[in-house]
Amino acid sequence: MNDTIFARATGIGSAGVAIVRVSGPDAHKTLVSLTGKPVRARVSSLRVLRASDGTKIDQALVLRFGSGSSFTGEEVVEYHCHGSPAVVAALESELALKGLRLAEPGEFTRRAFLNGRLDLAQVEGLSDLVTAETELQRKQALSTMSGRLSSNIVQWRECLIRAMALVSATIDFADEDVPVDVRPEVEALIETVREALLQELKGLPYAERLREGFEIAILGAPNAGKSTLLNALAGREAAITSSIAGTTRDVIEVHMDLGGLPVTFLDMAGLRETEDKIERIGVERAVERSKTADLRIYMGEDAMAYLPMLEEDILVSPKSDIKSHGKGLRVSGVTSEGVDKLLHRAKKTLLSRAVLGSSATHARHGDAIKGTLEQLDKALAGLDELLEFPELITAALMDAADALSSLIGDVDVEHILDEVFSRFCLGK
Amino acid sequence: MKHCDVIVIGGGHAGTEAAQAAWRMGAATILVTHKFEKIGEMSCNPAIGGLGKGHLVREIDAMDGVMGRVADQAGIQFRLLNRRKGPAVQGPRTQADRALYRKAMQAEFTERDGLQVAEGEVADILIKDGRITGVELGDGSQIKSSTVVLTAGTFLRGIIHIGEKKIPGGRMGDAPTVRLAERIDSFGLPLGRLKTGTPPRLDGTTIDWGRLDKQEADDDPTLFSFLSTSATAPQIACGITHTNPETHGIIEKNLERSAMYGGHIDGVGPRYCPSIEDKIVRFADKSSHQIFLEPESLSDDVIYPNGISTSLPEDVQQAYVKSIVGLENVRILQPGYAIEYDYVDPQILTRRLSLEHVPGLYFAGQINGTTGYEEAAAQGLVAGLNAAAEAQGKDPITFDRAEAYIGVMIDDLVTRGVSEPYRMFTSRAEYRLSLRADNADQRLTPKAIALGCVGYQRKEYFNQKMDALLAAKSALSERSLTPTQAKTAGLHVNQDGQRRTGLEFLSFQGVGYAELKAIWPNLDAEKYIIDQLERDAIYANYLDRQSRDIDAMRRDEALTIPLNFSFIGISGLSNELQDKLQRIRPETLAQARRIDGMTPAALTLILGRLKQAQKAQTA
Repeated sequence: MNDTIFARATGIGSAGVAIVRVSGPDAHKTLVSLTGKPVRARVSSLRVLRASDGTKIDQALVLRFGSGSSFTGEEVVEYHCHGSPAVVAALESELALKGLRLAEPGEFTRRAFLNGRLDLAQVEGLSDLVTAETELQRKQALSTMSGRLSSNIVQWRECLIRAMALVSATIDFADEDVPVDVRPEVEALIETVREALLQELKGLPYAERLREGFEIAILGAPNAGKSTLLNALAGREAAITSSIAGTTRDVIEVHMDLGGLPVTFLDMAGLRETEDKIERIGVERAVERSKTADLRIYMGEDAMAYLPMLEEDILVSPKSDIKSHGKGLRVSGVTSEGVDKLLHRAKKTLLSRAVLGSSATHARHGDAIKGTLEQLDKALAGLDELLEFPELITAALMDAADALSSLIGDVDVEHILDEVFSRFCLGK
Repeated sequence: MKHCDVIVIGGGHAGTEAAQAAWRMGAATILVTHKFEKIGEMSCNPAIGGLGKGHLVREIDAMDGVMGRVADQAGIQFRLLNRRKGPAVQGPRTQADRALYRKAMQAEFTERDGLQVAEGEVADILIKDGRITGVELGDGSQIKSSTVVLTAGTFLRGIIHIGEKKIPGGRMGDAPTVRLAERIDSFGLPLGRLKTGTPPRLDGTTIDWGRLDKQEADDDPTLFSFLSTSATAPQIACGITHTNPETHGIIEKNLERSAMYGGHIDGVGPRYCPSIEDKIVRFADKSSHQIFLEPESLSDDVIYPNGISTSLPEDVQQAYVKSIVGLENVRILQPGYAIEYDYVDPQILTRRLSLEHVPGLYFAGQINGTTGYEEAAAQGLVAGLNAAAEAQGKDPITFDRAEAYIGVMIDDLVTRGVSEPYRMFTSRAEYRLSLRADNADQRLTPKAIALGCVGYQRKEYFNQKMDALLAAKSALSERSLTPTQAKTAGLHVNQDGQRRTGLEFLSFQGVGYAELKAIWPNLDAEKYIIDQLERDAIYANYLDRQSRDIDAMRRDEALTIPLNFSFIGISGLSNELQDKLQRIRPETLAQARRIDGMTPAALTLILGRLKQAQKAQTA
């Protein structure tokens, strides 16, 4: 990290304003050489940028951040210049001429992490935030980045440290005035963390879904009107629609923002008994994919023969424009009858699940939580021998805390002793 | 003028252990102390060992040091703390007879070829071309040496406080060593101020023992030295009494007359050994505190009331002591007092306890910010070994956190410094399950033998024990059972088809050597070997994980940071962290990792710079 990097922070193409960000030990020096004079920190200044041969590059707003008070923790400068590709290219080539290097993808964030400005969980939150497509995804990412998971971990760790302190007090101060029976409190502390972690683990699939998107499978017999419905849902011709049965053999995905939820509708081969080998594979694939989807829309009751309906799945009576019978929500892809109702129901169902989501949002979080739980169970099992082998309980608790900490930082014996000293009057 | 290899200044617990260690290394050693008769003096609580502390004493003994065997000769109330808990957290402790302890320690300094005691006050440390060359005594005479170990205890600007009264002096009755303090100042060392206290000493003949609970010694004493076979002094009991609301009322009313609460003391005191004033202020909801009445000696009636150290004026001490059950008519022999003193911030020291910028000078004991005889002695051992090794041109001798509490303590001191007097606890050792008092010899004696600092008797005993242990282990490893056979033999085990050896069965809960001997009657071992096997087996299943951690730690420990390496200017590292690293000067990457405030990222940067520096050197 001895070099200074730069990159365009705004999207590619023409725009009103483009921002080029520079970070590293030479960021300020470069700014002075481009503008000809010093620039105050954290105040936007309008400056003419000149190349070293004196030619004018652009007039731009420049923002300077000191090391320690910037996103990366290094000297940072932002150039808000006119958003034409030509201007940006000129600025970038001038920066390269001055010995700066084009940043690799994610390099600014990596520097922020390496400089201790963000912890690992926050980095994940940031990367989610940058790629967030819907409102709820944005909220989720923002809460991870601003440290919801980290602050939960800190809390759980405090509980574990307190439990360790209680047990340690019975070890290191055995001949002093400390409570002998610490079991109820230790057990309660471990249980608190265990409950919270189990809750997290339960919510993790939903949180992951919210991050990666929910899937809604549309299934039904060939020519049941699945593709027409999908087109109506998407408001565009995403799937091939035709009246010949069995047109859709591959899975077709349509991504949608459903009231803030990222949702992918899956349109698949129609379900029917068939001699056609290729079509049969398509049917099998459709059933398999539907199984793992978060929600299923059944176009007519006959689809239930291939895959049983689950509680919140939705039964639809399709082609309501031409058919008047059939169980379920009356929907027509052609006239759009019932489409809003269907969307509303799907949204309500998924939203109720998204709310269950945990502060843990990645599989990596789940692994660490599982590792922690394993150690907590060991510690709980050891409580029966609290008096004989307290050291085995602290060993398990320490491992538990370590597993949790792999998400953000380290546990220190000093923390345990601090806790011991603040709670007990020690010293004969 | 006298010449020697190593001079040790100070005859306390650090000094005696340092001198003995240097001498065992074969270095010509002179211990300089005020009076020979004061060698082995226990100036505070007359007890040795405890949790963590007992581990240190065992380790000193495993290195063939003296504290353990001296304490065994002076022990008058041996108690194994946590006797009913696992061996990893058991700590041997004894009440020690002051006079017996002095006598036994002084005997270790009598008629030793190459180990002398010079009586006198060290007035100055001699330096030529920046290197230590010896010391000058108060009478102007000089002793030349290659290295010097300074164990100045609380003598550096020590001030005794009894209420509003202030008396300069490290210990009651000793003169302060102002000139030596000035010399130490000239080294430009970072100094801090700490305090510690003692309780009033009581006349045991004026205590109503009949009204008090007793704490007896163990029937089967657990000794410190691996070489000792039995306690030699008669064993006594301690009395137990408690403070009460009346006691607390008297103390509260007079708080502003306490040196500590009257604003006379700036030093920081230990949280785990608070004064009675501290206890009453910080834990106001407790209406009673426990006091142990510990006899200081078999040959006099002085009682050390453990739990009521104080810096209140004498008349208040009288009043509150007499409010305590059993002490209504007690006579105070010597008032309690608080003592404030300078310590050297140990972060300036290397892991050998030497000063980088004054070659040849070592610091050990309370002057480094620790408290306790055992902590002092363990540092004395490290400083003494290294002072000798340096004088002899040998490699430095260090201990890591995975091999000894000694290593834990030294690393804590030089890496993190102290914010209060440092005391050892088992909780400080992250590898507590493997660093046990019972296996200190297995961990350290081979190292001591390799260093050549071990006597003939120790070496013979250790080798015999290891042979017997190995034989007993192989006998168990050679025998095995299928799960079905085990079940028939009455051992509860998963029916998983896995054949297990006797040694593996030993690590099962509820399976001891006796159960295995019932299965294989011709198994045979002595009791102390069986005990050791069983203790080793308890943690067998937990040590795998720990040994992976240890391997990772040792990998980082192997990445040494050269002395001339500069942490300044590592880009990406905050100025604060750069300064801290430059001050502490970690000697290995593992040590750097343990510095407070260190991030994985910062370590990566240091590693990067290290690799760069290495490349530059080989290029």
